[in-house]
Amino acid sequence: MDTLLVYAYQVAFSFSIFILISLGLAVIFGMMKVINLAQGEFIMLGAYACVVCSAVGLPLWLAVPLAGVIVGAIGILVERTVIRFLYGRVLDTLLATWGLSLFLVGIVTTIAGPQSQSVPADLGGVSLGGLQVPAYSLVMIGGACAMLLGTYALWRFTSLGLIVRGTMQNPEMARALGTNTSMIYMFTFGFGSALTGLAGALLVPLFGAAPTMGLFYIAKAFIAVISGGPWPLLGTLSASSLYGTIDGVISYAFSSVLGEIAVLLVAIVMLRLLPQGITGRLRKGL
Amino acid sequence: MLAAKDLVSGYGRMPILHGLSLQVSDGEYVGILGHNGMGKTTLLRTLIGHVRPMSGSIVLDGTEIGALPPHRRAKLRIGYVPQGRDIFPALTVRENLLMGALSGAEKRASVVEEVLEDFPRLVRLLDRNGGALSGGEQQLLAIARCLCGKPRIMLLDEPTEGIQPSIIDEIVDLLQALRKRAGLSIVLVEQNLDFIHALSDRVLIIHRGEITQTLEPDHLADPEVVSEFVGMSS
Repeated sequence: MDTLLVYAYQVAFSFSIFILISLGLAVIFGMMKVINLAQGEFIMLGAYACVVCSAVGLPLWLAVPLAGVIVGAIGILVERTVIRFLYGRVLDTLLATWGLSLFLVGIVTTIAGPQSQSVPADLGGVSLGGLQVPAYSLVMIGGACAMLLGTYALWRFTSLGLIVRGTMQNPEMARALGTNTSMIYMFTFGFGSALTGLAGALLVPLFGAAPTMGLFYIAKAFIAVISGGPWPLLGTLSASSLYGTIDGVISYAFSSVLGEIAVLLVAIVMLRLLPQGITGRLRKGL
Repeated sequence: MLAAKDLVSGYGRMPILHGLSLQVSDGEYVGILGHNGMGKTTLLRTLIGHVRPMSGSIVLDGTEIGALPPHRRAKLRIGYVPQGRDIFPALTVRENLLMGALSGAEKRASVVEEVLEDFPRLVRLLDRNGGALSGGEQQLLAIARCLCGKPRIMLLDEPTEGIQPSIIDEIVDLLQALRKRAGLSIVLVEQNLDFIHALSDRVLIIHRGEITQTLEPDHLADPEVVSEFVGMSS
C-alpha cells in the first residue's frame, strides 16, 4: 500500500512536469504550428520573473501568477515584432526563434549571472508512505492540473476559445466571418507564452532558475507535443500521462537518468508505431 | 447598394480583373456566368477583401470599402460562401454556425436557432464535425453559416459544384424563399445554367476579367442564344 502510494506520487510528479513544460508548446506549436525554439527560454523567463518578484518582497503565491502575466506580455511583444511576419514560413521561424533563444540566454546571463537562483517555498515536508516529500511538490502537481483544465475549459466552452479554434483551422474563412485573425494570433501566442512562463515559475522552488535551464526542458516538451498528435490538448495530456508514468516508475525504482533514457526510447518506438501521434486516429477532440 | 467600378485585381502583379464594373441593387439577385479562369472567383474574393484591388473602387451604400480588411467588411454584413465551402472541419456543425454569428450584435445562440428553422437537414447533424458531412450538407452548412451573420448581400461562389441534384433544388427553394423576405441581395457566380436561370434577376457574362454582356435570365433557356453569347451550351 505504501509502495503504491509512493509510486502514485512519483508518477503524478513526473506527469505534472511534463504537463507544465509542454502545455504552452501545445498551444504555440500544436495549435498555431509555430515552431518556437525559444520555448525553453520562455520557461526560463518565467522562472526569473518569479525570482525577481520574490526578491522585491512579493509572496510566492502572487509571484507565480505575476510571472505568467509578465511572460505572456513578453510573448505578445515577440509575436507583434517577429512572429507575425513569419506565419507559414517554417525555416524563417526556426532561425528567428533560435536567435531569440540565444539572445534571451545571453541577456539573462549578463544581468543575473550564470549561477542558479531559487525561491524557497517554505511549506515544509509531507510524509507519503514513508517517503518524505516537499509539500510544495503537491502544490505544483495541483497547479499543473489546474492549468490543463483551465486551458481545456477556455478552448472548449468560451466564445473566445471557439474563435481561436476556428481561426487556427481556416484563418481566411474566419476573417470572412468577421474575425480579426491578427488579434487572435496575437492573443493565442501570448496565452501560450503565459502558460509557459507560469510553468517556469511553478518549477522554481524545486528546480531553481538558471539562464540555460531552457535547454533541459525544450526537447522533452517537443517530444510530448509531437507524440501527442493532431489534437494538441488531448495529445499532450495522453503523452504526458504515458511518459510521466514511465519516468516516475523507472526514476524511483532505478535512477532518474534511466528514467529519461526510458522516456526517449519509448518516444522513438511510439513515433514508429503511431507516426500520427497518440491522438492521430481520433475523429473529434481538442 | 453595392457598386464596383473599374476594378483591377489579381494575384502578384498579374491582374485577372481588367477594369470590371458591376452594380447590385437592394434585393437583387445577380448571376455571373463565365468559363473557368475568367475571373469569377477573383471577383468575389476582391469583393469580400481577400484580394486587394490594385485600382478601382468598391462602394457599399455610399461608403468606400475597397481598402477594408475582410473582417471589417463582414461587420458591414457582406456574407461570403466560398468555392469549396471552407467548412471548419474540426468544429461541430453548431460551432461552425456560431462562428458565422460572430459579426452580429445579437445573441449568437438565438441567431443560430432562427437560421436553423430553414435548414431542417442540419438539425440532426448539429453535433457532428463539419468535416464528416457530405458535400451537399457542407454546402447547406456554408449557406446557413453565412446567414447567421445576417448578411445584406451574399457572395455565392459556385454553390452547385459537386452537389447532388436534390440538394441543388433545396438550395434554389431556400434562396427564393429568402428573396421574398426582406432585402437580401445576392451575387451568384456559377457555371450551372439551370441554377443561375432559376435564381437570377439579371445575368452578367464575365470574359477575361470584364463584364461583356448583360442577359435577361430567360435568354438562358434558349441553348442557341447561350452558345452564341458565351460559347457554352447546357
